[in-house]
Amino acid sequence: MEAGKVRVSLEVNGKAYTAEVEPRLLLVHLLRDQLGLTGTHIGCDTSQCGACTVLLDGQAVKSCTVLAVQADGGRVTTVEGLASPEGLHPVQIGFWEKHGLQCGFCTPGVIMTAVGLLQDNPRPTEEEIRTALEGVLCRCTGYQNIVRAVQYAASQMAEADERREVAAAETE
Amino acid sequence: MIPKAFAYERAHSVAEAVDLLQQAGGAAKLLAGGHSLLPLMKLRLSAPAKLIDISRLDELRGVSVVGERLFVGALTTHHQVATHPLVCQHLPVLAEAAAQIGDPQVRNRGTVGGNLAHADAASDLPAVALALEAQLHVQSPAGDEVFAAEDFFLGPLVTALPEYGVLRAVSFALPPSGARSCYSKFPHPASGYAVVGVAAVVAVGARGTVEFARVAVTGAADVPYRARAVEAVLLGQPPQPEVLRAAAGHAADDGAIAGDAFASEAYRRHLCAVMTERALRRACGLADAAAGA
Ligand SMILES: Cc1cc2nc3c(=O)[nH]c(=O)nc-3n(C[C@H](O)[C@H](O)[C@H](O)COP(=O)(O)OP(=O)(O)OC[C@H]3O[C@@H](n4cnc5c(N)ncnc54)[C@H](O)[C@@H]3O)c2cc1C
Ligand code: FES
Ligand code: FES
Repeated sequence: MEAGKVRVSLEVNGKAYTAEVEPRLLLVHLLRDQLGLTGTHIGCDTSQCGACTVLLDGQAVKSCTVLAVQADGGRVTTVEGLASPEGLHPVQIGFWEKHGLQCGFCTPGVIMTAVGLLQDNPRPTEEEIRTALEGVLCRCTGYQNIVRAVQYAASQMAEADERREVAAAETE
Repeated sequence: MIPKAFAYERAHSVAEAVDLLQQAGGAAKLLAGGHSLLPLMKLRLSAPAKLIDISRLDELRGVSVVGERLFVGALTTHHQVATHPLVCQHLPVLAEAAAQIGDPQVRNRGTVGGNLAHADAASDLPAVALALEAQLHVQSPAGDEVFAAEDFFLGPLVTALPEYGVLRAVSFALPPSGARSCYSKFPHPASGYAVVGVAAVVAVGARGTVEFARVAVTGAADVPYRARAVEAVLLGQPPQPEVLRAAAGHAADDGAIAGDAFASEAYRRHLCAVMTERALRRACGLADAAAGA
């Protein structure tokens, strides 16, 4: 190992990675420059815009304000890891259906923040959605359609849950 | 932006962290949630030669009630504090303030210990620490020490934390039963930090007068302060709107109120009174005063 470098092992979107990194390497740079996952964006130098938001061990974090070494042993989900072979994630579908983006620069971070919210609070009120989105800045949409997209995703996910519950009850 | 290069070492115990700090002789900094330190390092306003990562020390996590105090481990995140059942039950004002720090991503990483040790003059938690007569439990080469919050904050980003010290936990005094509280914050519209934030804890006795009052202000001065002049006006008085307004008028008396590019001294003084009145009214169960009233 090169002098001063540190080995980090982490799981990104279900795949294990090991890399030797400088301690100062930010998680966002590891994701973008070393793993080629450029869906995670960098929109500011001040930890304020949230474009870089990913899930680290299930929690929404700003990957520009986490060192790669701090994520060692962790589990990271980026926007590239949301869709499954069955299709897009409900939050992605919500942004599509409700026109939750214009230029799209903020979108990966907003989507990951919304995924984090819906994990903790599957049925958020409009106010809770707006509060949850305080850490992401969008210069285009005025947020209205972003909020609608999250509401749409929440209702789709709730319906899917109900269908699953009914199906489970029927097989019992 | 990219921080200046530094060496990195993970501490496996508080004792080891203290040793590592001492070995580095002042060139190293502790890394907890990183949400004050890394932004400074990215802007190259801070360039420590070494970071000692304490963020995996489970001994520094958790919330418990011991006797008349509630203890919060230094590494407990703002999100954990804001949602912890013991905090919500015993010290709702602490949960309320923690829930207003930054945004959800910041609250997922930022820690109570880092917030207090960093001592930004506009941080939210120092006001609550002062109002709840917090004690800061520190381990350093000199051994274990306890600092009262009022002796801890010395200036912007300056604290009484001893050299090579690690903040282990902070404990808050449980207010008398029946006390009510509020944290009222006027956030900076861009940064979200407090332009002025006021923590108030008030208990009204059987005779209908204020028997216990603790008020503290952050953001307004270069150090957070206990607003004792406000408390003195309240004590022995009924918690009526005109009393609360008169008391709030003294909210700037105990601080060296400072102006900056964003808010002048006069504006901050005004906000001290407005936010204190708001905090007191809410703590006393009154509706917010009508705008302009
Ligand atoms: C976008 C953004 C918005 C924010 N908004 C707010 C806000 O509205 N209100 C607010 O109060 N704060 C706000 N913060 C700051 C946030 O609360 C920080 O998390 C907190 O101030 C520092 O905690 P940390 O664990 O991240 O500390 P770190 O950044 O890891 O450390 C900060 C400093 O404290 C020292 N330190 C850390 N832990 C210890 C310890 N246990 N013992 C001794 N020294 C220690 C470090 O060496 C360093 O010097 C914001 C931050 C960001 C990035
Ligand atoms: S890039 Fe703006 S918050 Fe991370
Ligand atoms: S869609 Fe352009 S910044 Fe949000």
